Amino acid sequence: METLTDQNWLLSVGVFLPLVGVLVMMFIPRDDESTHKTIGIVTAGATLVIGLITLLNFDYDQSEKLQFFVDAEWIPVINSNYTVGLDGISLPLYVLSMAVTFLVMIYTWDNMPDAGNPKAFYMLMLVLQTGMAGTFVAQDLILFFVFFEVVLLPMYFMIGVWGGENRKYASLKFFLYTMFGSAFMLVAFLALFFQTDAVSFGFAHLVDAGASVDRDVQIWIFAGMFLGFAVKVPMFPFHTWLPDAHTQAPTQGSVILAAILLKLGTYGFVRIAIPMLPEGAKAWAPVIGILAVIGIIYGALGCLAQTDMKRLIAFSSVAHMGFVMLGIATLTEFGINAAIFGMVAHGLITGMLFFLAGSVKHRYHTLEIKRLSGMLVQAPRLGWILGFSAMASLGLPGLAGFWGEFPVILSAYNPNFGLSEELFRTLMVIAAVGTVLAAAYLLWLYQRTAFGEPSDEFTSGHGSSDGDGAHHGATPQPVGAAVNDDADHGDEIYDVTPIEWVAWTPFLVFIVVFGVYPQLMFQVIDPAVTDMVARLGETLGP
Amino acid sequence: MMLAADAAQLSSGWFLENAWLIALIPAIGFGLIIAFGKKMPMKGSEIGLLSMAASTVLASGAAVQWIQRTDSADKGGEEAVGLIQAFGRSVPTVSEGGEVEPFIEPVVSTWVWWQNSGLEFGIGSSVDGLAILLLWLVAFISLLVQVFSLDYVRGDRRYTHFFAALTLFSAGMLVMVMAENMVQLILGWEIMGLCSFMLIGHWWEEYPNARAALKAFFTVRVGDVGLLVGTAIIFFGANQWAVDNLDSNGFNIAAIQAWALSGEGSHILLLMGAIALFIACIGKSGQFPLHTWLPDAMAGPTPVSSLLHSSTMVVAGVFLVARIYPVFWQGFNIDNGGLSFIAVIGGITIVIAALLAFVQDDIKKVLAYSTVSQLGYMMLGLGTGAWLPAVFHIFTHAFFKCCLFLCAGSISHSASHHSFDMKKDMGGLRKKMPFTFAAWIVSTLALAGIFPFAGFWSKDEIIDNVGNNGYDFLLIVGFGGAALTAMYMTRATYLTFFGEPRGAAAGLHDHDDFDDTHAEEHEMELLTVGAPEGPTAEEAAADAPRSLSAATNTDHHDDHHDDHHDDHHDDHHAEPHESGPLLLIPILVLAFLATISGFANATPLGEEWESIKKYVEPRPVEVPIEDYLAQGAGESLQLVMPTATGDALTADDGAKVCGFETPAAGTVCFFPAVTHAVPKLSKILAATATVVIAFAVAIAFNVAYYGRRNKHLVGLTERSRTLRGGYLFLKNKYYLDALYENVIVRWVAHPIAKAAYWMNQKIIDATVDGVGKSTRRTGQWVYDNIDQKVVDGAVNGSGFVASETGHGLQPVQSGKVSQYGALLFGAAAVGAIVLVIVNVS
Repeated sequence: METLTDQNWLLSVGVFLPLVGVLVMMFIPRDDESTHKTIGIVTAGATLVIGLITLLNFDYDQSEKLQFFVDAEWIPVINSNYTVGLDGISLPLYVLSMAVTFLVMIYTWDNMPDAGNPKAFYMLMLVLQTGMAGTFVAQDLILFFVFFEVVLLPMYFMIGVWGGENRKYASLKFFLYTMFGSAFMLVAFLALFFQTDAVSFGFAHLVDAGASVDRDVQIWIFAGMFLGFAVKVPMFPFHTWLPDAHTQAPTQGSVILAAILLKLGTYGFVRIAIPMLPEGAKAWAPVIGILAVIGIIYGALGCLAQTDMKRLIAFSSVAHMGFVMLGIATLTEFGINAAIFGMVAHGLITGMLFFLAGSVKHRYHTLEIKRLSGMLVQAPRLGWILGFSAMASLGLPGLAGFWGEFPVILSAYNPNFGLSEELFRTLMVIAAVGTVLAAAYLLWLYQRTAFGEPSDEFTSGHGSSDGDGAHHGATPQPVGAAVNDDADHGDEIYDVTPIEWVAWTPFLVFIVVFGVYPQLMFQVIDPAVTDMVARLGETLGP
Repeated sequence: MMLAADAAQLSSGWFLENAWLIALIPAIGFGLIIAFGKKMPMKGSEIGLLSMAASTVLASGAAVQWIQRTDSADKGGEEAVGLIQAFGRSVPTVSEGGEVEPFIEPVVSTWVWWQNSGLEFGIGSSVDGLAILLLWLVAFISLLVQVFSLDYVRGDRRYTHFFAALTLFSAGMLVMVMAENMVQLILGWEIMGLCSFMLIGHWWEEYPNARAALKAFFTVRVGDVGLLVGTAIIFFGANQWAVDNLDSNGFNIAAIQAWALSGEGSHILLLMGAIALFIACIGKSGQFPLHTWLPDAMAGPTPVSSLLHSSTMVVAGVFLVARIYPVFWQGFNIDNGGLSFIAVIGGITIVIAALLAFVQDDIKKVLAYSTVSQLGYMMLGLGTGAWLPAVFHIFTHAFFKCCLFLCAGSISHSASHHSFDMKKDMGGLRKKMPFTFAAWIVSTLALAGIFPFAGFWSKDEIIDNVGNNGYDFLLIVGFGGAALTAMYMTRATYLTFFGEPRGAAAGLHDHDDFDDTHAEEHEMELLTVGAPEGPTAEEAAADAPRSLSAATNTDHHDDHHDDHHDDHHDDHHAEPHESGPLLLIPILVLAFLATISGFANATPLGEEWESIKKYVEPRPVEVPIEDYLAQGAGESLQLVMPTATGDALTADDGAKVCGFETPAAGTVCFFPAVTHAVPKLSKILAATATVVIAFAVAIAFNVAYYGRRNKHLVGLTERSRTLRGGYLFLKNKYYLDALYENVIVRWVAHPIAKAAYWMNQKIIDATVDGVGKSTRRTGQWVYDNIDQKVVDGAVNGSGFVASETGHGLQPVQSGKVSQYGALLFGAAAVGAIVLVIVNVS
């Protein structure tokens, strides 16, 4: 694999800078809350700046090659190196993780979950950031695995400490389930290592050598990786940790989980499992495709059955990740390109939806759909943003979600490398029906929560509604501490706060920007994916 | 060939090359209205109006330049003939009675929009006759409707949003109409769907409106599955061919047209693609059996009904078929006179929708079913090879149907207290609203197809061509539909403008806050005409006008709403009167066009009257590929004129090539050689006579029935079981809604979803929990029995360390967790070793 090596410090700084912030925060007493928040946000901001510098210095004409490449000795005894690099597949996700963390931290400024203790919360988020960014740049299996697992712990604590009522069950389930998958994944990594003469854990080497591994062995090793990644994605039927984790997690946890963590699984397929084990991938592709499409339909049906808004959004993730996995399963440039686009789009859109769920919870103290009504009356801007995000989520062209969905459906018509056309065309039609169900559950959600008149429960005593037309005027917007006051039920339902605007605007803007001009991202991804699929073709034939 | 290219260039022009501005301006306008609209003096409506006016101007400029381009080509065509003769071919020149009509290439300006697998896909404008026709139509009608809306929704609480959504809609439709490729077409298509959703649900405080909006979006979305699947099929069918031959791709519309006619696509592929795409058209254009959303969509404000749901958006499906006509032509064997799916659906739609129009009391719903029926005519035309009349009918229908809707809006605004119930709140309005009445009559005659109004020239042309192409049964369906149209429009006209004024039209105010929506279905028992009891208000004395629908409607709007009609703040207590100029001007302009627009393609008057045919219908000639190749993504070009080669004779001469035979090597066709019926006086008379007789019968019946002149007729549906059965069958809209909503939607949304979720919780998740527990037990066993040193290998490093960190941070649970983690990793490591040993040996 050819590499470009200038400015190779960028990635390491980008990955480990958050830990500097953690180190600083360790020495500051816990009571000094705003200092912790400031340090956290500044660190994440600095990290994002590094990310943007990376973005600017990236050579887009050679996005199929690894850039900012570093290869240093790390654990010589097992031939594992500290190898990092970035190509067109990693770049969008790497920068996305930085941006999302930064924005979530800004959002936390005003919306600290009930359990308090910003020091620990911000430290965990910074550790999480290191893990996520590291996963996307690692070019060595052991390094990848370390980062992949580093992510687990902070999220476990975020759910377990700052979560909802049932947080202990949810966090343990999340942790163990992912751990369970990771174990198999590690088995597979080791097996692959030994099968390729135990020379190196480096991706480049394994991509070259992996193809020559016996087909049956590849299938077995792929099975191990499949379990590890499929749990993370999550694919049907390994998804049941997700609704619980999302429902119980604090808003911040849900956003990061949906926006980035789920992508670690799909990224693993694209980066590791498929290129290293072409024969295994080909053998498993129909299974992945079928499970993905089951996930699309099943997740949508699950959504229709939900009575809780946040749980509904969580189930919609199962459906959306089904589209991503279907694209990957086709093993075509078209499908994998769209899958990566879909990862970013889903990160932005579903992240935004979880933000909204959090804000609704703050205002109404409930997420039960049947109790919410007339949001457009009481908080029109919030209602509009919810409508916008719902439209984006159901794949409206002109918004980002479409580009992760439509080309996937398209690609399933013509899967690569002699995969069964009958099967994948059937899957294509079923997946297309899934888009109808997506419209159904999202619009139904929107109709029930945003349309109509506000329910009495949230209007009594405030006189802000009921036919006098005044409810379209400016509603008072409490800021700062008042927002955190969850104590008394029946607060004034206020509209979007300035902090929320700051945290959300980038999401909204990029949903539109990528939707209107998808070439921005496709031109980065496409060469890398085309290159990868071409390599597959060398082994699998046309 | 280059010689020919140099010799004759098609004229182009600024307007044609920058046609993308026509769509971009409203799109920017939308953004401006959203951003600044509320602060503007006219609440953002001025931005909407300005952008639509600009679009109309640009579209008009483009239309003029397109006409010049066509004319220049025809002049050049004679030169080209000379050149071809110089190459030794013999082509009859114009003077010899033959005709060389060169293909007029679209003017294309594109930019790279996205890429995938190394192919670049564009977005931009591709302007040909069909695109020009619709660009101008959409921009112009949008402008008129926005003018109408200024007054109509004045004071509405979401006035700004209303104009924003209207403007975005226009942008979406214009994007679709000028689409260079299928993905762009989908973009515009779905934006229109979004706007339709937003505008139907404009008064979303009311449950029925929100529900109608949802139903519209959702039903169309069901059809859109076909759009996605069909685009995929066509893409993969056409892509390789397009890349090899045209340096294009499988999304490009011109490439798809050429591929479909190249004879190289498999027929089954074309058939599947055509069926899938047509399903999308069924949803969007309200064809049977997915038409049920369109009447419900009348819950939206009247300008929305007149713009989106009659004249423009709903013809998107018709446009799609017309746009990539070769796919349908080949896929459905229209060339061989095959009975196509399109024609069958169109024929069914004409009749079933027209019948439904008879039992509607809501004037807008009569018009909605009429729209469905007329869309059926367009589909019927396309399905039987009558491309030109179908497209022409899009053009004329837009004027008179939009006008009819605006008349209905004018009535509700100024005469009937925002009611659309003809039986209850209208009647006798002809004297009070003379202009509205005149416009309504003109448009009704146009719709029914009376000489010389617009519908006569387009609808009768469709019927004529259907018969000419050999579809005898469908010809009868067409005639029958025309008769039904005349009859239900007579009924609506009578109930609205004749007879005695009733309810609001008589100045009664017993239901001031009448609902605009009517989305609810009444109890059918209540809907008996001629039931003995009198009108609702007691003060209605013996001589007070009677409500024709008697006991209906008394219960159906009282409890909700007090304020959702601030959009109609004025005249709540005024007598019926004529509307103001802002309402009347658009109506009269449209009525004028409904009168004269038929002359744009007055086939019976002779060839010189056929402007639409000359400038809009693509010419079925073979185009040399090397000339066509000049265009590509990323540039705006002035294209060279492709010269006509070989047998570029009109279809009537019997030398059909395009669409019938494989084009000569090195050439492609973009449009099949459709036939055109030669107008005959007898047919015209037959059509006119049918309609006139229908009118006569209907007038007689209406006077007798609604005027209570004939006792035998009154209450007929009560007394005759058969008639009552038929009446209820129609009243319940063939029970299609019941099927969709009570059966399909309810099942999917409730039992099926619940069952899936039950399985999720009780089976899959329970398994997970069970596995967790048994893993713990197994792990315990492993922990007790396997040497710890194995675990301590290099394998578990990171995860274990992480667990230890957790231990330090959170002592509550992490003890357990790290133990589990260690156990899992122990098991994993053992498994790894076993696997490695097995594989290595």
